[in-house]
Amino acid sequence: MSCCGTNPAYDELDEVCRLVSARLAAFLRTLRDNGFPVGLHEGRDAAVLMAAGYIERPGLLRSAFKHLFSARKSDWDKFDGLFDAFWLGRRVKSRSMTMGSVKAANSPSLKSLQDKRSERTGGDAATDQIPSADDAPEARAGEGRMEGASRADNLAEIDFRKMADPEQIEEAHNVAARLAKTMRTRLTRRDLARRRGYRLDLRRTIHSNISHGGVPISLVKRQRKEKPLRLVMLLDASGSMSMYTGVFLRFIHGVLDEFREAEAFLFHTRLAYVSDAMKEKDPARALDRLSIMAQGAGGGTKIGESLQTFNRWHAARVLHSRSCVMIVSDGYETGDAALLGREMAALAKRCRRIVWLNPMMAWRGYAPEAAGIKAALPYVDLYAPANTLKSLTELEPYLAKL
Amino acid sequence: MEGAQIVIASEAKQSSFFEKEKLDCFVASLLAMTADNAPAMKTREEIAQALAASGYIADSELATAISLMQLLKRPLLLEGEAGVGKTEVAKALAAAHATELIRLQCYEGLDQSAALYEWNYQRQLLAIQAHRGDKADTIEDQIFSEKYLLERPLLAAIRRRTPPVLLIDEIDRADDEFEAFLLELLSDFQVSIPELGTITATTIPHVILTSNGTRELSDALRRRCLYHYVDYPDVDREARIIMARITGAGASLSLQIARMVENVRKEELRKVPGVAETLDWAAALVGLGVRDLHDVPETVHETLMCLLKTHEDKSRLTREISERLLGKVA
Repeated sequence: MSCCGTNPAYDELDEVCRLVSARLAAFLRTLRDNGFPVGLHEGRDAAVLMAAGYIERPGLLRSAFKHLFSARKSDWDKFDGLFDAFWLGRRVKSRSMTMGSVKAANSPSLKSLQDKRSERTGGDAATDQIPSADDAPEARAGEGRMEGASRADNLAEIDFRKMADPEQIEEAHNVAARLAKTMRTRLTRRDLARRRGYRLDLRRTIHSNISHGGVPISLVKRQRKEKPLRLVMLLDASGSMSMYTGVFLRFIHGVLDEFREAEAFLFHTRLAYVSDAMKEKDPARALDRLSIMAQGAGGGTKIGESLQTFNRWHAARVLHSRSCVMIVSDGYETGDAALLGREMAALAKRCRRIVWLNPMMAWRGYAPEAAGIKAALPYVDLYAPANTLKSLTELEPYLAKL
Repeated sequence: MEGAQIVIASEAKQSSFFEKEKLDCFVASLLAMTADNAPAMKTREEIAQALAASGYIADSELATAISLMQLLKRPLLLEGEAGVGKTEVAKALAAAHATELIRLQCYEGLDQSAALYEWNYQRQLLAIQAHRGDKADTIEDQIFSEKYLLERPLLAAIRRRTPPVLLIDEIDRADDEFEAFLLELLSDFQVSIPELGTITATTIPHVILTSNGTRELSDALRRRCLYHYVDYPDVDREARIIMARITGAGASLSLQIARMVENVRKEELRKVPGVAETLDWAAALVGLGVRDLHDVPETVHETLMCLLKTHEDKSRLTREISERLLGKVA
């Protein structure tokens, strides 16, 4: 379609040309469905390439199209598979079809694929991070240490684990979203109030006073530009946290929606980057997409290894000097605790603050004795309980100060 | 790569859309419309050769990207880890075209006056003082003329007689606002200066943008550009790079160095050594008169500091490990 639109002689072309044009248009549509940012311009350029003789050698055409249509590393990596599948009839790896970036979210074909997928995985362990009404009661029965939670007089103080009622869960989700909203407004106001640090900008002063013959009458000053605070959240989705993950996911969803700059990661035995999936407007759909990405959640926790992955592959991109890293985890490390300590040290060098939220902390008699949490604590700026919505609200003044 | 192409080609023959006569017909009809684009195909191998002549060993995909750049007149966005030779591509391209390289290094807070143009205020003021008594209009005409305009890289790039190579380095370090401004320039290739009017490009420069991924770039900019991901070179290519860049590095030594570096890259390191580090190390070894890495394991271990840039990595690669890695080098 896009290439045809720019082709003035479309009606005069014979059937073959029309067939190839239609096929190219279909390929562009496939790419769009897979999250490639392909527009009219690219379609026209693709036609130019085919005309320039690239079409005679598929290997070359593939390489040329790859440069033209890819926009980032993830596109770059999966392009060859898509090209082969479309033009040469080879099978594509299912991963590249289903785990496309967020841009593809509006395409019906991908959605149906995802829905099918989540239905399929609905029964297995991957979805137990979302405490639905069905599986919560059994989990409750299995847990023996619930009495440690604060006595509830209103919803805000009920331990997340006790909220099996879907309505209550819904309410908790809403509170989390509201909280994220208030935190954000606080932060931005704080940011504005700080904008001082005046210096005289000589060059601009002279420039603006040329009309006065160079006599500096109106002064131009320089303001320091403050970056907005960036919140990077790392959520533990392992089995021991499964009662809390649902609410925190909703909280993260609120944070990603409301903060100007926020990124989210999920980890259990490995780390998954979930910001793209979470930026979906509909929370239920976001959770569906997540459940696909978080295959293997609900098992053990390798916090150290996950942090290592984070430091190595993501930290340079998502962290800057005004970043706050928020780790939500119970600190039960099944991997190497020493590694966790090392990675926490590396992380602490890169960001402004590390906040560690531990839902277990409010339990009566809990002491941070797990090897993991012991190794991590020296590098944590704030270690706080987060088992109730109220405890989340209590964080707000601290975050506003950053 | 060649092998893969042949396989694809043979499969393509079975596919109805690659049938020869139909294609010829389609290509012919399209060629008639865009007749001037035909020669670009031939230049692809020439590009690789020209780059090699100026010391950059390109893989075939990069050569394709550069030929596309010329065919489609689009900027090329290079992404990849630090030290894989993204900036070198631009330098080699400029040398291959025998043209000027104009470089704009991006940083936080980079603005129009540092990237595009600025008036020479001091000279303007002097002129005003010197022509005191002239009519205001005359002075104004004079001080807002070309003579008082300071060209910055972007303006310089579109006003050259022969198209230069414009390297916009580390675009991810600039602010979002600058990115939007750059996008406008890259699509129109014209600049409007309020006091002087619109300046249209005399030539369209070859634009190369590089990014280290410290910030996610906007989709608009990504879409405007051709994309190429620069990966660490494979052993063979890295050996050829060493031979091309380090005088005195023989074929066998270069291959050994490349293999050793590949082994080092497989270790869990904080900072994975790039091509630049490899070249440093090769230069050091050649300078020390090393002919064969196996003869001098101590020297190898001691000079590894050329590759390892953090204390942690240095302490991780102990003497035993470096000897084990060296042992794997055939």
